[in-house]
This record gives sequence, structure tokens and C-alpha cells, in this order.
Amino acid sequence: MKISKEEILHIANLAQLTLEDSEVEKYMENLQDILNFANIVNNAPVEGLDVTIGANEEKNIFREDKVKIFEDTSSLLQNAPEQDRNMFKIPKVLN
Amino acid sequence: MNITELTVHELQEKIKSKKLTIKEINNAYIERIKEKEPEVQAFITPLLEQAKEKAKTIQEKIDSGEKLSDLAGIPIGIKDNICTKGVKTTCASKMLENFISPYDATIMNKINAENMITLGKLNMDEFAMGGSTEYSYFKKTKNPWDLTRVPGGSSGGSAAAVAANMVPWAIGSDTGGSIRQPASLCGVVGLKPTYGLVSRFGLVAFASSLDQIGVFTKDVRDCAMLLNVISGYDELDTTSAKIEPKDYTKSLQKDVKGLKIGVPKEFYGEGINEEVKKSLEEALQKYKEMGAEVEEFSLDIAQYALATYYIIACAEASSNLGRYDGIRYTYRSPEAKTLKEIYKKSRSEAFGTEVKRRIILGTYVLSSGYYDAYYKKAQQVRTLVMNKFNEAFKKYDVIITPTSPTTAFKIGEKSTNPMEMYLADICTVSVNIAGLPGLSVPCGVDSKGLPIGMQIIGKKFDEETIIKTAFAYEQETNFRAKYKPTFKGGVR
Repeated sequence: MKISKEEILHIANLAQLTLEDSEVEKYMENLQDILNFANIVNNAPVEGLDVTIGANEEKNIFREDKVKIFEDTSSLLQNAPEQDRNMFKIPKVLN
Repeated sequence: MNITELTVHELQEKIKSKKLTIKEINNAYIERIKEKEPEVQAFITPLLEQAKEKAKTIQEKIDSGEKLSDLAGIPIGIKDNICTKGVKTTCASKMLENFISPYDATIMNKINAENMITLGKLNMDEFAMGGSTEYSYFKKTKNPWDLTRVPGGSSGGSAAAVAANMVPWAIGSDTGGSIRQPASLCGVVGLKPTYGLVSRFGLVAFASSLDQIGVFTKDVRDCAMLLNVISGYDELDTTSAKIEPKDYTKSLQKDVKGLKIGVPKEFYGEGINEEVKKSLEEALQKYKEMGAEVEEFSLDIAQYALATYYIIACAEASSNLGRYDGIRYTYRSPEAKTLKEIYKKSRSEAFGTEVKRRIILGTYVLSSGYYDAYYKKAQQVRTLVMNKFNEAFKKYDVIITPTSPTTAFKIGEKSTNPMEMYLADICTVSVNIAGLPGLSVPCGVDSKGLPIGMQIIGKKFDEETIIKTAFAYEQETNFRAKYKPTFKGGVR
């Protein structure tokens, strides 16, 4: 399978990344190499095997939906790049 | 007596017999860090002043007769992807350069409850993605056995700090070999416990179905002791297993008579360095002499497991790393004017090359049109790998392979070729795919004097048997007494 420049740009866009031209070339090449290798999964003898999604068998873990108060708001906001009146600040979304 | 060369259980004896105080021990480590850190570069955030203060407080408590834990005042190093309240947790990324966690990881609560002293946060590959610690945004850690070489990764800072005696033991994390491989390359003991044995609450997520916290120690006894501290059920981690707490030090027995060791021949084949192979063969011979039953068998999964690992780990990473959006606690690009620009520019400017590479690969294998060919197939291969291990463990108590196909490689040797770097994980990833415990113990050195590691793989939640297997070998061969890091090749 050959990966095109358009595909890389599409994937980068889905992943919310902007790539420089030099990066596009490099990642095209890298992705091609890795996928060429990863393709061997298609030769594995997995006929009729189920998929495994995790390392242990437990599926749903339920707990009571109880509110717990985390009081140290300032420790959460101290990492914000921009904040205002105890809230995270972002640019205007709607014009 | 050279304090920083002692293991933790040796330190405990000296404390008990009043030959050493908590203050003396911590001062010795602080001096050692000041001496060796300029050449080894293992720390992202050293906490020397805080450590000094805490040592003083604990010493005072002991002097006033207060009864504290056996581990009170023992220093420790922590990989920088484990959340520590009030102290930076960077994941070696520009993205989290200034991030201070509002809470402690569950294992930090356990370590703090013992009154251990954190000497600092240790270097790693960015977001634990890499096998050499060269992908850290901050610095390249050097291997204490040869400063021109890598310490392995991603927990390279933890491995190097223990090897260089800058901490007596350390915490790391292992998604595809990130504890065992650096332990092997740095000549120390490294354990990745069974998936679910140690809570990951507060471990910054990379690939959630594979990530596991574990330990680096100077010997197997310390390994069992530290596992006792960090293991156990935690309601804050839904993958945490509800099993009875065990005392792993009870497994420190020298008797391996009748132990059934499986040797998968495919893990000793192409791509494995001849000197590594020879060292492993000698170790297996030693087990035979000690009365174990060693048998070769076929476990033809290494290549499939590696491909599966990179598909699953990158898919999960692309999803987990979606949270870094420049809004709440991460880097935000100063250029960004709109919300969309905040996402895109912040992520593009703050993620390193390898992290972006894996996000792109992960997004690709999850995207429509490729999902069935890669991701779904990989999940089926995961079942295959688990089945093969289950079959093998019907016959064997443990499986032994090399930990790493080579000894420590040169800085820069593989960092520009991702496929070559990925192949360094060939012996370790299948253990994470199957959720099994794996321990790396030093078993010799190559002709350049670089350490070689042996990987002992066990059944799920059977850490006892791999600890026993490693302990018996260690007692018989005594690697630490024969070989020491030389810090050669350094430029100060």
C-alpha cells in the first residue's frame, strides 16, 4: 500500500497537527516503512480468533455515581495557560 | 563504607544496628548526585533541598522514639510520568514543561506513607515513547557503563540513576519494555509486574491496555521489597486487580530444583547479538547445574507481537494524547488566535518528532478504510499471542529470553531510524501484549564490558516464581560483586 501526501495531510488534520513540508516528506517515508513491517499481522494465523481489547478479562467496572468535592481549585487552575475569574480562558468561539 | 553502593536491605541493616542515620544516607546520595549528575544527566527535576529537609524531619522523629516504617528515610527516584503533587511532572515533553499535578499518583501515596524520600523526577523518552531516552525534550541521559552510549528507554533516567548509585532504587513504567530494556542495558534489576497488579492512577497514560508501573533495583531482594510497597488493588484504577496482598520477600529462595524453564528458540535467533546469546546460554547452563529442567520449545510470535504492539500502542496513544489541547494544563502556542489554532499550533509546536510520528501512525490505523486491516487484525493477533503463552505455561513455570537483542548502543546510532529503534523491543513487547509479568536480571557483560540482561517471564500474577528464579541465579552468580559501571568515555 502506497501512502500519498494527501493522505498524510488528512491524517495530520484528524490528529490536530500541522506539518511543515519537510515533516510531510519524512513522515510519509516513516509511515510507509512501519506499515510495510506491520503488514505481517495480515499473515498471522488468526482465522476464527476473537479480538482482545485489554490484558485482563474484566469488562465493565461499575461504581456508585457519587459527587466528591475537590476543593483545591487553585491547584487545577495554576497550570492553565490563561485563566479568568476561576475559569479557563479561550478565544471567542462564535462570531 | 561507601553508602551509595549499598542495597536498600543493606541500608536497613545499617540503620537498625545504628551504624548509619537517615541523615547520613540522604546526604551521601545528595553528594553523589552532585558528583555524577553532570555526566549522567538522569534527572529532570532534582529535589535535593526538599530531600534534605525531609531527612531531617524523619531523623528527628526517629530520635524522639516515634515508630516509623522499615523504609522510613530511604531515598527513591521517580520517573517523570508519575504524578507528584506540588512537583513538576513533565513526561519529558515541552507540552507539560510547567505542569504541576494537583494530586499524587496512588503509588506516590503508598511511597509517602512509608516515609520514603523522593530525590527527584527522572528523565525518560517523551511520553515514554522510545527505547533510548534520546527523545526527551530536555536532555539525553548517558549510560553509566559507557557515557557515549544510551541507557535504554523509555525509563532511561531511572535505570541510569540506579546504576550510577544516585538513587538506591527507582520507579519506572513499562508499555513495551520500558523498564526491562533499560534495566538490561544499565546492569540493574527491572520488574514489569502483571497488568493490574500495580495501580496506574496518576501515571500519565500512553497506551492504557499495555502500560504498567514497576521497579528498578540493585538486586532481587530490593525488587521484592519495593513490589510489596506499590502493589495492590485501587478503586481509582478500573483495571486494578482484586487479589490478596502477598509478601514477595517470601519468594527469595535459592532452590530451583525441578523448576521447569521454557526456552523459546525464536527469541535466540536472527537479530540477537552473538555475545548476548552466549551469555544467555551460560545462564541456562547454570540453571541446569542448579537442578532446573531447561527445555527448548517453539514460540513463533515475536515478529507478529512487535507489529501488533506498534499498531495497538500507537492507536491508544493517538487517542490518549488527544487530551493535550492547549486549554487547561499544557503548553499553549503564543501564535494561536482562534480555538482551532490553539489545538493545532500548540500540539505541533510542543510534541516532539517521535510523539507526532506515533500519533500519525495511530490515527492512520484507526481511520476508516484501514481499521480492519491493521487495528482489528492486531487485536486478533493479541489473542493469538495470549493463547500461545497460555499453552506454553501449561508446560513451563517460567520462560527465559534475552531482555534486549543487543547491549547498549551509541547515542545517535538509532535515533534517526524509527524502525531500527522499534526492533530493540522485539524480546519485550509480547509480555505487555499478553499482560504477563517480566523481570530483567543482569547475567554478564559483553567484550566491551557492557551489561547483558536475562528476561524471566511468568504466569499472570505469579511474580513469586519469577522473583525466586531470578534470586536463585543472582545468589549463585553475584553480578554486582564482579562488575561495576566505569563511567568511561565522558566529557565533562
